[in-house]
Amino acid sequence: MSRHWRTLKVAMGRLAGTPLATLVTILVIGIALSLPAGLYLLLSNLAQASSAFETQPQISLFLRLDAGKEAQSQIEKKLKSHAAVKSFRFVGRDQALMALSASNGLGDLAAGLPDNPLPDTYILSARDSEATQLDKLRLEVSKWPGVEAADLDSAWVRRLNAMLDLGRQLTFMLSALLAFGLIAGMGNIIRLQILTRQEEIEVSKLIGATDRFIRLPFLYHGALQGLLGGLAAWAIIAVSAQLLNFSVASLAALYGSSFHLDGLYLSDAAALLGFSTILGWVGAYLAVSHFLRHFKLTHH
Amino acid sequence: MISLSQVCKRYPGGHEALKDISFTIEKGEMVFISGHSGAGKSTLLNLIAAIELPTSGSIVINGQNLSQLRPAAVPFLRRNFGLIFQDHKLLYDRSVFDNVMLPLEITGFDRSEAAKRTRAALDKVGLLAREKTMPIALSGGEQQRLCIARAIVHRPAILLADEPTGNLDSTYASEILEMFKSFNQVGVTVLIVTHDERLIERFGERTLHLQHGVLAA
Repeated sequence: MSRHWRTLKVAMGRLAGTPLATLVTILVIGIALSLPAGLYLLLSNLAQASSAFETQPQISLFLRLDAGKEAQSQIEKKLKSHAAVKSFRFVGRDQALMALSASNGLGDLAAGLPDNPLPDTYILSARDSEATQLDKLRLEVSKWPGVEAADLDSAWVRRLNAMLDLGRQLTFMLSALLAFGLIAGMGNIIRLQILTRQEEIEVSKLIGATDRFIRLPFLYHGALQGLLGGLAAWAIIAVSAQLLNFSVASLAALYGSSFHLDGLYLSDAAALLGFSTILGWVGAYLAVSHFLRHFKLTHH
Repeated sequence: MISLSQVCKRYPGGHEALKDISFTIEKGEMVFISGHSGAGKSTLLNLIAAIELPTSGSIVINGQNLSQLRPAAVPFLRRNFGLIFQDHKLLYDRSVFDNVMLPLEITGFDRSEAAKRTRAALDKVGLLAREKTMPIALSGGEQQRLCIARAIVHRPAILLADEPTGNLDSTYASEILEMFKSFNQVGVTVLIVTHDERLIERFGERTLHLQHGVLAA
């Protein structure tokens, strides 16, 4: 154990010994990591915002303004007995206007209306939330007498969710690509380290060092470098989110929303640091192993 | 302890450095390997230290046949040796003390025990007072003694020395050889490669004479 601790101190000493090179390396790693991590942050913020909306698909059934009590009770009877309808509720036009007046940003608009333009509405929940079934139901009810129109409320939420899924996939691919790039890049930095320590490696091998022994300080070097790069990425994201928040918050306020960007959760940050540490370690491992495979003692 | 039978070493390009070498060195022996430069002395030492492999023939060290050794076992074989190089192979980015400490670090020695042994080895070669010095500040003779301290610190069974007196004046050279003699007297097998015939005569030990890659009678 003390050997590991001493090796770690040696690795830290080597990083501190070349402060400028270390700083540049860490920044490059940090910037590269902050791209996918920042994208992830943005997506999870959007996903959180969209999950505030009902994702259970609903159909809004708008009645004609002149539909009358008779048509309305016919519709209600049909809804009660319809196999595809799970539940429904009635929102009267007066009630709808009150809700509109109370809702964000639109209160003034409602107050300025001469009379109530809103129709009576039934809001249906379908038994089957599959898209074609929903559309079939929507089409059927829209043709009933007294019905002005039927809308699938959740269509835009679904579209948003689909886009978020696409975004997540893109983030994942970007992360995977960058991971390979970072492994190669960090491995290359370790390779340069190895070249400056070739003598030490040669002497160590001559006096009986195993590959494990030779590898260890470089592995620590790589892992530390990765960890520091991860910390840099975390800092970059935290500062960017903070800066963006000013404009995001004022934009959201215009829509009467209190939406704002959250920073990385501690668990996400821990995952980021762990990921970057592992990348550094793997890069170093590959670099040293490659070197040792081709290294021949050519003494005398 | 060291046994070679019908060992040949041919390098790519056809140069035959060693031809049909057979000899045995018993435990506790002190043996000189002599010959002109290019006679194959260094190649022989490289083969024994498992730095190179023979083209044919077998080398057995401590009962282990080097040709049958797995690569992962080679480091552990090398720990039987104390290697002394003509060019010292010191590490100039660390102190005298840390240079001598390295073999013990490699074998995973307890830190305080290792420090004791390191000081004992430095004391034996007369460099204890300079443990904090960097090797670059040492004279040629002192660097050679530092190399010896590093070679004996882990108490190897076999000392392999390549031209240990190569760059030293004769009084210094015999001092170093007296040192080897004293290691030999406590049971260490010592193998010294040298081209200095006068030195060999003075010590009168068993000598293997190499001539153009062949062992002379």
